[in-house]
Amino acid sequence: MKLSDFVCFEAVIPQLASSDRNDVIVELIGALGKAGKLGKANADEIAKAVIAREGEASTGIGKGVAVPHVKHPDISDVVAAVGGSVEGVEFSSLDKKPVYSVILLLSPDGNPDKHLQAMENIFRNLQKDDFRKFLRQATTEEAIKEAIVDHDADFDA
Amino acid sequence: MTPNVSEIEVEIMNVDGLHMRPAMQFVDVATRFDSEITVTNGETTVDAKSIMQMTMLAATCGTRLMVKAKGNDSCEAIEEIRDLVEVKMFDEPGVVTDENAKSKD
Repeated sequence: MKLSDFVCFEAVIPQLASSDRNDVIVELIGALGKAGKLGKANADEIAKAVIAREGEASTGIGKGVAVPHVKHPDISDVVAAVGGSVEGVEFSSLDKKPVYSVILLLSPDGNPDKHLQAMENIFRNLQKDDFRKFLRQATTEEAIKEAIVDHDADFDA
Repeated sequence: MTPNVSEIEVEIMNVDGLHMRPAMQFVDVATRFDSEITVTNGETTVDAKSIMQMTMLAATCGTRLMVKAKGNDSCEAIEEIRDLVEVKMFDEPGVVTDENAKSKD
């Protein structure tokens, strides 16, 4: 599985309008909705579920990135949105630092293995300093897309 | 003096596998020990004290992982990790089979 298999490029927001964690989650889910990726799922309900999950334990795992996510029965396939923030978003991160790149992942309820594969892929990429740097510096949709496609290529080898 | 090394193979038994919350629990337990702890799925070997690395294992239910601890508290570390993964199963539902139904008592 590659990032571009499940990242929705129509739901990439290089400069998030919101600077609040919950608003960022709502904004990214809204973008997925607009892109037609939510199917029968209700955007407000999904946002509520992601925020509730985030409330249990922050997915801000340090190094300026967060991966808010949820498994939901109304989601039909794994899909992700990507957002960037120049000012940074307060995400209650493990290292207590702001988050500059957010990858929001929605997974169906009945396929835990696919969720794990998507998470593995996200973290394998985020683990790389240059991927995080490119992602953080990308200020256009095109640049984010490029960062993702370029890094996907590394895994084909 | 060579530090104590302990090793064990554990099997992920909760249905949802080693997703982020269990991975965090794993890291929480590992960081309580001074030992250097690594986990491998055969392909990838990661630092058990790094959440970003642990999530990279993508260990699904049924996956076997080798956990290796090096240090003076390595035995205790391995025992606690085994308990978390195979007995507590990260406080999540496991697959009901005859085998693990028995081991759960």
